[in-house]
Amino acid sequence: MPNPHTEHFPGPFHDPPLVANLDAIQPHEHVALPHHPRLQHHFDDMAQQIEASTLGMWVFLVTEIMFFGGLFAAYLVYRHANPEGFAEASHHLNVTWGTVNTIVLIVSSLTMALAVRSAQISAPAKTQVAWIGATMLLGTTFLGVKAIEYTDKFTHHLVPGPNFRWEGKHPAPAEIFYSLYFCMTGLHAIHMIIGLGIMSVIGVMAWRRQFDEDYYTPVEIAGLYWHFVDIVWIFLFPLLYLIGGHFRE
Amino acid sequence: MFTNFPFFPEGASAQAAQVDGIYFFMVAVTAFFSLLIAALLVLFAIKYHRQHEDEVGVAIHGALALELLWTIIPFAITMVMFVWGAKVFFDSYRPPAGAMEIYIVGKQWMWKAQHLDGQREINELHVPVGRPVKLTMGSEDVLHSFYIPAFRVKADVIPGRSNVLWFTATKPGRYHLFCAEYCGTKHSGMIGWVYAMEPSEFQVWLGGGKPADSPAAAGEKLFTDLTCITCHRDDAQARAPQLKGLFGHTVHLQGGATALADEAYIRESIVNPQAKIVDGFLPIMPTFQGMVNEEQLLQLIAYVRSLGDMAAPKPPAGAAAPGPGKD
Amino acid sequence: MDTLNYLNNGHGLKSWLLTKDHKRIALLYLASITGFFVIGGFFALLVRLELLTPAGDLLTSETYNKMFTMHGVVMVFFFLIPSIPATLGNFLIPIMVGAKDLAFPRINLLSWYIYVLGGIFTLVAAMSGGVDTGWTFYTPYSTAAANGHVITAALGVFITGFSSILTGLNFIVTIHRMRAPGLTWFRLPLFVWSHYATSLIMILGTPVIAITVLLVAAERGLHFGIFDPALGGDPVLFQHLFWFYSHPAVYIMILPAMGVISEIVQAFTRKNIFGYSFVAFSSLAIAIIGFLVWGHHIFVAGQSVYAGMVFSFLSFVVAIPSAIKVFNWTATIYKGSVSFDSPMLYAFGFIGLFTIGGLTGLFLASMGLDIHVHDTYFVVAHFHYIMVGGAIMGYLGGLHYWWPKISGRRYSEPWAKFSALMIFVGFNLTFFPQFIAGYLGMPRRYHAYPPEFQVLNVASTLGASILAVGYVIPLIYFAYSLVAGEKSVNDPWGARGLEWEIPSPPPTENFTVSPIVTGGTHQYVYPSKEVGVA
Repeated sequence: MPNPHTEHFPGPFHDPPLVANLDAIQPHEHVALPHHPRLQHHFDDMAQQIEASTLGMWVFLVTEIMFFGGLFAAYLVYRHANPEGFAEASHHLNVTWGTVNTIVLIVSSLTMALAVRSAQISAPAKTQVAWIGATMLLGTTFLGVKAIEYTDKFTHHLVPGPNFRWEGKHPAPAEIFYSLYFCMTGLHAIHMIIGLGIMSVIGVMAWRRQFDEDYYTPVEIAGLYWHFVDIVWIFLFPLLYLIGGHFRE
Repeated sequence: MFTNFPFFPEGASAQAAQVDGIYFFMVAVTAFFSLLIAALLVLFAIKYHRQHEDEVGVAIHGALALELLWTIIPFAITMVMFVWGAKVFFDSYRPPAGAMEIYIVGKQWMWKAQHLDGQREINELHVPVGRPVKLTMGSEDVLHSFYIPAFRVKADVIPGRSNVLWFTATKPGRYHLFCAEYCGTKHSGMIGWVYAMEPSEFQVWLGGGKPADSPAAAGEKLFTDLTCITCHRDDAQARAPQLKGLFGHTVHLQGGATALADEAYIRESIVNPQAKIVDGFLPIMPTFQGMVNEEQLLQLIAYVRSLGDMAAPKPPAGAAAPGPGKD
Repeated sequence: MDTLNYLNNGHGLKSWLLTKDHKRIALLYLASITGFFVIGGFFALLVRLELLTPAGDLLTSETYNKMFTMHGVVMVFFFLIPSIPATLGNFLIPIMVGAKDLAFPRINLLSWYIYVLGGIFTLVAAMSGGVDTGWTFYTPYSTAAANGHVITAALGVFITGFSSILTGLNFIVTIHRMRAPGLTWFRLPLFVWSHYATSLIMILGTPVIAITVLLVAAERGLHFGIFDPALGGDPVLFQHLFWFYSHPAVYIMILPAMGVISEIVQAFTRKNIFGYSFVAFSSLAIAIIGFLVWGHHIFVAGQSVYAGMVFSFLSFVVAIPSAIKVFNWTATIYKGSVSFDSPMLYAFGFIGLFTIGGLTGLFLASMGLDIHVHDTYFVVAHFHYIMVGGAIMGYLGGLHYWWPKISGRRYSEPWAKFSALMIFVGFNLTFFPQFIAGYLGMPRRYHAYPPEFQVLNVASTLGASILAVGYVIPLIYFAYSLVAGEKSVNDPWGARGLEWEIPSPPPTENFTVSPIVTGGTHQYVYPSKEVGVA
């Protein structure tokens, strides 16, 4: 029986080998291999399961890029139409808090990578949980800072709608800017909250000693998600907080 | 129903022939390829109909030459279509210098036209034949689209922006005007007529009207000039309450209240028509605040008053016939 | 006693509602999709009844506007987009790649629940007063002036979008990672290729409509003024964002049907497809180029004429791969062994009607001509030719073709032929007059219309009545076959493909042993029975 993985395939413009169809499909003996307890029955082996899970998360992240992409597109259009208005509106955002949040998230990506690493090298469950916990703590810090910022916006009448009040020269673009600000950072925050939910589940699984060098895929794909949420912020921060570039008075 | 059903629209503008040219070409191409495929399908189905139970088809896997043929030929045809269509669009895109200008405002659910010399129209547009006309258009509320099928022109009317559409009418006549962008409840009622006229007749129409010699007569002239008459008519097309016999009588309003149709009521109805809506009618009367001065207001009131002395039909109460397109 | 198969492996509601079996999930989808088709069809019937007369005398304007809106929303988002992928795709793709299930069975089940939840939101919107924005939700009407439950309906669409995304994600990972040994990409059935291309569109495009309807809901509910002209917002930006998804979405609707037709044509001519790689690559080409043409919906809105030319050019280019498919299908039938079983009748209908529908799309791609026909019944006729004459015929053809595999039963072939014919006749009578009405200038979404359009509208409504009956008949004979149909063998049509090697209906795990593939799975060559060979 020819080895199907090395058989020469003739290519698109040649006739495939003429075989009576019934021979084209050959059953093979199912050899019983030792199963990893986490192997799902519809996969052939762990390698396939891990590849499928990882590819699945990457494809999902592509959809997330497109999801945020719509908002970025709207932002680009309006900023292009109102450069001064957007710059003026951006100056009312607190760059200090924004920078703090950026640092917080970058560090949280580091702790996340270390959490994946710790599972990869079969570190004790306590170590894994510690890194996961650190990541969650930093994520919560991020959300806390955002809560402070949102409250500030509310009290200064910067929430778009009937209560929006703008003293500067470009009130209409400012309202559009803040609509985008709340939509973009709000959507990001929702993703952050979902990320914290995912991390709690991962944390519980780690505490139950489910991850080691043979099986750490959930941590890895949670890590992919977390890094993605971090990268979105890396784009949001300069686009929202740093327009105009010059330092604030 | 069977007396008038056209299959092809008349063409009454210079553009129409150009657009129809593309259309006929594409109909020919579509017909050719559809019939070709259909004929081949029928032919093959008959000729290669299965003769016995175990029969299989001949193993033919492909032919590069055929694939290239039926890629390149369609591509060439579509490129001809693209260039032709782009050219016609480009020509219709920029109005020629010296075109006659008219301003159009679309609002739910009517079209207002303003000629540069002051003539105003509602749901109608009078244009001369043989001269380019440029419409500059805006919307007061939501998206609309100004469409004259006989001229083969259409442009969306977008709030916050102004769009331009131009045409040269070639045949005198009366042509449909449609709103072609869904805009809410009475979208299909946002229609009217375009009147293309010989230049001399158009001049007469522009000039229009006899000189006034009394407030009521002056008011009557205003009543026509300001186009009140297109809605306040005493026939089935009326979108607005009848004014004959109105003055001095009680009016039934939406919500059950009543009002006395005196001078104050008439004045308010002109400058703030949304304040009181007569039962059975839609709140679509535009305000004329700022368009009429005090003297003109008085002339209009005088005119409406003069109508009150005529034989009055039933007062325009809620029980009377509703306006067209009743909801 | 029946052999164990996926239908009788586990009884009771829980075994269905908590199933991980892709085949059962496909049936869950089949039931709910059929339900939404009936609802959407009901709205269509009301629209056509109103249009029998020029005056708006059956329904009020507001109600009529809600009817065409709900018809569009239900048919597009709850019927056409999921139809083939979620039923036939879910059922067949694992089998066609030689796997036991999709890559993520639980996500598959989740996608169905998400679909149902989105559907509930939309039905709630319909029943508590409806939406009257048109399925396109154009701003500022939808955000500022619309009557009705825009936010609820928008959320319904938002939620259901995730069902589409998860389905596409599942298909992509399955096709990449779970093919049986020896099943290389160019040995895959064309049904799989077309679903792969569809899945690319699903994952790339759907998130954009999701964020767009979310923005509409935010603007309407929270008064964020992103599309508000009074704030300098741009209503046309909404159109760009909306059509960026909604144009590729129409390829989500047609590509799976094209895959079905490729399979049916091969099976009922007992011949390999002519030009396999051209057909496979044309699916990818349609998916990719389809993302670049959205501006052809905005020619008359005043976008830059140069941008318009780019969109027009690409809109013509995207037609070429579809033309290639039509020619390849036709060439496949040449020297085939042609049978006229009902699936093949649907395939014949598809090829003819899709050709007309696709070519009339070129009328709209032409900028100069689009000025006249945009937003008229010409557009309505064009897209119904593709979606009903194309996609729905493909769906029905596929249901008929694979029904014996799915249910283990045969349906009544004479009734199937009769209803296929009725659908074909009813369809053409409904929609061909609309081309004429559109060029005459009858605009879309009109409750009342000038009297000279009446003859065409009466013809159209007559056709719709015939079409409706044509659609009801299969519901009856399919249901009847489940209880009293003749039992089917593995391969009732003499077709080829992995799905025909396994029992009808299949066992839960599809294959008792994993297949190894050593050649193309669609071989029809037997030593001495070729057409024309003695």
